[in-house]
Amino acid sequence: MLVRLSGWGRTAPTVARLVSPRDFEAVANIVKKSRERGVIARGLGRSYGDPAQNAGGVVLDMTRFDRIRRVDVDAGLVDVEAGVSLDALMRALLPFGLWPPVLPGTRQVTVGGAIAADVHGKGHHVVGSFGDHVRSLDLLTADGSVRTLTPDGEGSALFWATVGGMGLTGVVLRATLHVVPVETSYFVVDTEQVDNLDDLLARQSADDDRYAESVSWFDVTATGPRLGRGVLTRANHARLDELPAKLRRDPLAFDAPRLFTVPDRLPSGLLNRVTGRAFSELWYRKSPTRSGQVQNITRFLHPLDVIGEWNRGYGPRGFLQYQFAVPFAAVDVVRQVVERIAASGHVSALNVLKRFGPGNRAPLSFPMPGWTLCVDLPVRPGLGRLCDELDELVLGAGGRHYLAKESRTTAEAVRRGYPRFAQWRAVRASVDPDGVFASDMSRRLEL
Amino acid sequence: MIDAVGNPQSVLVLGGTSEIALAVVRRYTAVRKPRVVLAARPSYRRDAAVVELTAAGVPVTAVDFDARDVDGHPAVLDKVFADGGIDVALVAFGVLGDAERAWQDHEAALELAGVNYTGAVSVGVGLAERMRKQGHGVIVALSSVAGERVRRSNFVYGSTKAGMDAFYQGLGEALRPHGVTVTVVRPGFVRTRMTDGLPPTPLSSTADQVAEVVVRAARDRRELVWAPAPLRAVMSVLRHLPRAVFRRLPA
Ligand SMILES: Cc1cc2nc3c(=O)[nH]c(=O)nc-3n(C[C@H](O)[C@H](O)[C@H](O)COP(=O)(O)OP(=O)(O)OC[C@H]3O[C@@H](n4cnc5c(N)ncnc54)[C@H](O)[C@@H]3O)c2cc1C
Ligand SMILES: NC(=O)c1ccc[n+]([C@@H]2O[C@H](COP(=O)([O-])OP(=O)(O)OC[C@H]3O[C@@H](n4cnc5c(N)ncnc54)[C@H](OP(=O)(O)O)[C@@H]3O)[C@@H](O)[C@H]2O)c1
Repeated sequence: MLVRLSGWGRTAPTVARLVSPRDFEAVANIVKKSRERGVIARGLGRSYGDPAQNAGGVVLDMTRFDRIRRVDVDAGLVDVEAGVSLDALMRALLPFGLWPPVLPGTRQVTVGGAIAADVHGKGHHVVGSFGDHVRSLDLLTADGSVRTLTPDGEGSALFWATVGGMGLTGVVLRATLHVVPVETSYFVVDTEQVDNLDDLLARQSADDDRYAESVSWFDVTATGPRLGRGVLTRANHARLDELPAKLRRDPLAFDAPRLFTVPDRLPSGLLNRVTGRAFSELWYRKSPTRSGQVQNITRFLHPLDVIGEWNRGYGPRGFLQYQFAVPFAAVDVVRQVVERIAASGHVSALNVLKRFGPGNRAPLSFPMPGWTLCVDLPVRPGLGRLCDELDELVLGAGGRHYLAKESRTTAEAVRRGYPRFAQWRAVRASVDPDGVFASDMSRRLEL
Repeated sequence: MIDAVGNPQSVLVLGGTSEIALAVVRRYTAVRKPRVVLAARPSYRRDAAVVELTAAGVPVTAVDFDARDVDGHPAVLDKVFADGGIDVALVAFGVLGDAERAWQDHEAALELAGVNYTGAVSVGVGLAERMRKQGHGVIVALSSVAGERVRRSNFVYGSTKAGMDAFYQGLGEALRPHGVTVTVVRPGFVRTRMTDGLPPTPLSSTADQVAEVVVRAARDRRELVWAPAPLRAVMSVLRHLPRAVFRRLPA
C-alpha cells in the first residue's frame, strides 16, 4: 500500500510502500527482495524528522511485533519483540516491581526505535542511555540472516553500530533488556523555579547527582535578565515508606489518562509570539518551588502523553525540534543559542535543558558528557537560516545533533559532530554493502 | 531529499540558461550547495552559468538538451536521474517569438507549439515517471499569465502556455498520491532576455522576484501561484470580462 509518511514534526512527507509483516520470516523475505530504493523499519514514528520513512521504497511497520515474551524477575531481564512500546512494557513490568531504567519524554516509542536512536531519559546522568541496558538483540541483516548480538561478545561492533544506528544496519527483531526493581510507581519530586539561565545551569551542576532523574524547562520568550528563566524538576523513585498512606495500598499503580486528542486540521502559525509567551508564562507559574512532592508517572515523566497527537497543534507546515549536545566546557554555546533564538522572533514553547553523563561505545550514540538543549520550532520562513547559524555555534564547540530529532542539517555536520562516524560507516558497509537499508534521512545525510 | 525547511539536495533545470531559473538556482545555492544540473542547448550562456556556479562551490553539470528533440528526452532524463535522483525540477524553457509572425508563419507557430507545449508535455511525462519511482519531488512549471486568458496581441504564445499550464495542473493531480508535487507558476511580465525591448506592463517583476515566489511555493508544496501574488486577483477579473471589453484593453 502506498502511504504518505512523515515524522512527528510532520515536515517533508514522502510516499513509500508500507508493509506490516506478520512474522519474522516475512520480514526476511521483504528484505531479501528489496529493490533499488531499499527498506527501512518504522516503529511508532516518534522521531521528528525523516529516519523512519523511505521515499519510493519499502517501510516495514514493526508495531505488530508487540509481544513481551518472558520476564525474569530475579535476573531483572525481559525478552521482548522490537515493536513493543515502552508504554506497554512499563505497564507489564510494574506489577512485578520492575522498571525500564531509560524512558524518553514519551512512552509511545518502540523498543526497536529506542535502540536505533539509543534514546535517553531524564536519568541519563545516572543510568546512561537505552543501549546500555540491552543485553542482547536479534538483528535481521541485508543478506536475510538473523544474528544474535551482544555488547561484548562476537559481533559486538555490529551491536554498537545498531545502537544509535537509525535502522541502517538491519531490522531489530527481538531484544533482551535489563530492567531494575522499584518499590513504587511514584516519584519524590523537587521543583525549583529559577530566575534565569545562569542559575538554571548552576543548580544542575551543583547537585544533579543527588537525583535519579533531572530535567529543566526554560522560557525563551522572556528577554533581558529573565532570559532563560525556568523550572528545574528533579526526582528519585519513591520508596514505599515515602508514600502517603492512601497511595501505599497500591504502590505500583499506573493509570495514564488520555484526556484530549488534538484535531487534525489546525492552521499553521497557531504558535506565535503571543501564544508562545502565554504558554511559557503558564508553565512557569504552574510550577512554584516546592520539594518532596509525590507525583505519579504521567505527571512527572510524561505530561505530554496526556494529549494525543499534540503535534497536530502546529498545523500543516509542521515543526522541527532542534536538539544538540555540547561539552561542559562549551556551556557558553547554550547561552548563545538561547539568546539567538530569543532575538530571532521564532518561538519555541517547549525548551528542555539537561546535563548528560558519560556516553557509551556506540559511534552514533548522541549523549556525550555535557549539556543538551532541545527546542521546538514551528516551520516559518527564516527558520532554516537560524538553524544553520546555530549549527555553526554547536559544531564549532565540538557539539552534535540528535539524529532522532534531526530534519534539516547537512551530511558534513553529522561527520563533524560524530568523530567516530567513519568507524560506524565501515561496519554498515560491511554488513550492508549494497545499501539495502535506506531512509530519507540516510539519503539526506549520506549515512 | 528535501529537508524540513525546504532545502533540496538536487536541482534540475530544463532550459538551464533561463534567467528566471538561474535566479532560482542562485537562491537555493545561497543557502546550501545542492547538486545542480543545467539541461540546455550548448551555448556561451550555459558555459557562463557553469563557471559562475562552480566558482561559488556548487557541484554543477551541464547536459545537452533541446526541447524540440522530444525523441531524445528519455535518454537525457535517464542520464540526469542516474546520478541519484532529483528533488526539484524546473521546467523553464520557452520561446516568446514574434507574435505577429507566430500566427502567420507556419514555421514560427510550430516552433512555439513545439517548444512551449509539446516539449513541456514530453519532459513532463518523463519527469513524472521518474519522480513517481522516487516517491517524492517537486516539479515547477513556469507557465504564464498570458495563458490564463489569451489576447489578440500574443495568442499563439498564450495558447501554448494555456496548454502546458493545464497539462501540469493535471499532472499534479495524478502525482499527488505518489508524493510528488507539481507547482505551476504564472509570472506576469518579467524583465529578462525574453522580454528585452518590450514595454513593461504594470506589475512587472525581476527574475529574482519570481525566483523568490518559486522557492517559497516549492517549499510550501503549493500547486498554483502567481508572480507577483496580486496578479491572481487581476487575472481573475480579466478572465471574466466580456470579450468586447477585453478586446479594448490596452495591449
Ligand atoms: C514527545 C516526544 C518526546 C521525546 N523525548 C525524547 C527523550 O526525552 N529522549 C530521547 O532520546 N528521545 C525522545 N524522543 C524521540 C524518540 O524517543 C525517538 O525518536 C525514538 O526513536 C522513537 O521511536 P519510534 O518507535 O517511534 O521509532 P520511529 O520514529 O518509528 O523510528 C526511529 C528510528 O528507529 C528505527 N527503527 C524503528 N524500529 C526499528 C527496528 N525494529 N529495527 C531497527 N530500526 C528500527 C527507524 O528506522 C528509525 O531510524 C521524543 C519524541 C517525542 C515525540
Ligand atoms: N520573461 C517573462 O516575462 C515571462 C513571463 C511569464 C512566463 N515566462 C516563462 O518563464 C520561462 C523562462 O523565461 P525567462 O524569462 O527566464 O527567459 P529566458 O532567459 O529567455 O529563458 C528561456 C529559456 O528557454 C530556452 N529555450 C528556448 N528554446 C529552447 C529549445 N528549443 N530547447 C531548449 N531550451 C530552449 C532558452 O535556452 P537558450 O539559451 O538555448 O536559448 C532559455 O534558457 C519561459 O518558459 C517563459 O515562457 C517568462
